[in-house]
Amino acid sequence: MAKKPIDKQEPDTTGHEWDGIQEFDNPLPRWWLWVFYACIVWGIWYVIAYPAWPLVNQATAGYKGWSTRANVAAEIEAAREANAEINARLVAADLNDIPGDPDLNAFAVAAGGAVFRTYCAQCHGAGAAGVQAGGYPSLLDNDWLWGGTLEDIHLTIAHGIRNETDPDARWSQMPAFGDLLESAEIDQVVNHVMSLSGEPQDAAAAAAGESVFLDNCAACHGEAGEGDITQGAPNLADAIWLYGGDYDTLRETVTYSRFGIMPAMGGANLSEAQLRAVAIYVHQLGGGE
Amino acid sequence: MSETQPNAPQSLYAAQEPIFPRRVSGPFRNLKWVIMAVTLGIYYITPWIRWDRGESLPDQAVLLDLASRRFFFFWIEIWPHEFYFVAGLLVMAGLGLFLFTSALGRVWCGYACPQTVWTDLFILVERWIEGDRNARLRLHRQKRWDFRKFRLRITKWVTWLLIGVATGGAWVFYFTDAPTLLRDLFTLNAHPIAYTTIAVLTGTTFFFGGFAREQICIYACPWPRIQAAMLDEDSLTVGYRSWRGEPRKNSDEVRAGAAMGDCVDCMACVNVCPMGIDIRDGQQMECITCALCIDACDDVMAKLGKPRGLIDYMALTDEVREREGKAPKPVWQHVLRPRTILYTALWSAVGIGLVFALFIRSDLDITVAPVRNPLYVTLSDGTIRNTYEVRIRNMQHDARDFILSVKGHPAIKLSLEGIEGNVVSVPADEMRLQRLYLAAPPGSDPARDARSEVRIWLEDRESGARAFKDTVFNGRGE
Repeated sequence: MAKKPIDKQEPDTTGHEWDGIQEFDNPLPRWWLWVFYACIVWGIWYVIAYPAWPLVNQATAGYKGWSTRANVAAEIEAAREANAEINARLVAADLNDIPGDPDLNAFAVAAGGAVFRTYCAQCHGAGAAGVQAGGYPSLLDNDWLWGGTLEDIHLTIAHGIRNETDPDARWSQMPAFGDLLESAEIDQVVNHVMSLSGEPQDAAAAAAGESVFLDNCAACHGEAGEGDITQGAPNLADAIWLYGGDYDTLRETVTYSRFGIMPAMGGANLSEAQLRAVAIYVHQLGGGE
Repeated sequence: MSETQPNAPQSLYAAQEPIFPRRVSGPFRNLKWVIMAVTLGIYYITPWIRWDRGESLPDQAVLLDLASRRFFFFWIEIWPHEFYFVAGLLVMAGLGLFLFTSALGRVWCGYACPQTVWTDLFILVERWIEGDRNARLRLHRQKRWDFRKFRLRITKWVTWLLIGVATGGAWVFYFTDAPTLLRDLFTLNAHPIAYTTIAVLTGTTFFFGGFAREQICIYACPWPRIQAAMLDEDSLTVGYRSWRGEPRKNSDEVRAGAAMGDCVDCMACVNVCPMGIDIRDGQQMECITCALCIDACDDVMAKLGKPRGLIDYMALTDEVREREGKAPKPVWQHVLRPRTILYTALWSAVGIGLVFALFIRSDLDITVAPVRNPLYVTLSDGTIRNTYEVRIRNMQHDARDFILSVKGHPAIKLSLEGIEGNVVSVPADEMRLQRLYLAAPPGSDPARDARSEVRIWLEDRESGARAFKDTVFNGRGE
């Protein structure tokens, strides 16, 4: 300790004095001073090595060429490499065998969840509950327009529905019956459709609508309104409505038809591993068949 | 330096004056040797103790497994959700320090602090290689670096470095399987983090123990400042009986003819002090109460045929009493005070609580997180279904099958994602995430009501051990 030598004499002061309090000019510990000088040297090196001086367009780059953007790119690349092996396993495996392989399934659910929240959640919602007002189907229930097996889901995601970009997209079209049926007939068929799922309806109109339904709708939706997944015709007899099951919505549907489009996510958008992962994810949300 | 030429410009720095503590022997020194051997022994040997936990689990008795978030301590295994045990131990450590400080002063600093123990070890090495205080002083003052000085310095530094490597090396063994890591370290296959940790701890041990020493206690450590608030006039600290020792030999009073006190001004207490202070100046912030000056002074007093204890453990109240000619309070009266009894009671209460929690804790655990986006799903037949993310922790070291069931309204039925039936098997010592569905048929009360209380039960199929979580079933709210 450096106490003794200093105590032997009155220490120098810096000459600063406020309210009778003087500031002593005692020396600093040597190690402290060295650390201080080392910090200055380090500071100069840092300014040369790393982005430092802000200029008009960007800061000086620094000789090490360090940037957060490059770091992110490197981290993404590292993650891609780290997952390369399990992604290859995911692509090589039979789609139906994946849920039985705990490691592969856990990876697919996690990766598929990330893909879903990036590419699917805009329409189907973050919780996959869909949006009835827009006709975006819920993926959580056991009602599937185009089938709910892993293969069906994978096919739908890869090629989409009714889009014009993918020739393999499944396609169907409901006619706009406003041009084909009289207003009274539309009223009758809407009441009949409501009767199929036991909703409150005008019984007389519903009875009258049965023949209209059989003539115009049953070809796709089935005689009992059970729907047809080969052409994406919704089941009209269950408790689930794609656009809504009230009279006004149904009348609008019958009059103007509906034409829900899903983009093809395969090809340029998602890799096969991502498609499989998101198919596994959707399948395990509760509705998978 | 400045004192030689008062008018010369003052240097910008003040050099640290190295301290060369002299060898000392006595009861306190022996106690410190024992404590050093025990604490260093615990530190170096603990990672090598094996403990059989069965297959696929580490067989290291004490292991901080950060990768799989487990803390193994002999038969105890702490999971992340049981982190309150660690918090409890830290509270006990804090209260323990309060207790020891209020009763025995800076006993932690003087005997058990790693800085003290390693510095003591480094000084021991220094003494073996370079000799005792006077030889070291001569070597220090010798400007010329001849072969002998070179050889002694290099031998000392290399030995210090080896101790540093062993210190950092022992540290990393607490975090992974020690024999595997040791082999990997030597075959250069260990993770870079292991090498970096060892390098950093080697450097800090070398610097703190070899060069910084008492400066860490004086400048860097916050604990002495906190202790200043913890001590009171009844706390035991090391003090000098100035009323018995003064006027000391060589003082102006004695030269003027005054009767000499017991202090012969032999400087033994100053020479052995690892903090470089003179205890005869009174209570000082630097003093870590290592009691080496007591040993040194008692030795001299014995040779002079005078009673021991010119420098001794005493409390501030003793000084007042002794000056008045009364006997000092016995040690137990300093230690047994309401304050220390209160600390002991608090410390014990936390400890008993932790032991109790350890014995009543279950080896299975369930948490239930309702999925609320959406609150419920309508199925095609109108059934209302809720989804829950259930985490099942099997804290036994064998795989177990668990039966999941629901209690609440009888209409509510339970099913599991990806599993037929209601049995989930969880591997040994793992947590399993399982999607669980509760469904209420259309028209039933839970399907119509906004909320129904339900309880999800988890039962070990073999032992029957059970756990539950209460949650809510959301209906249509008609």
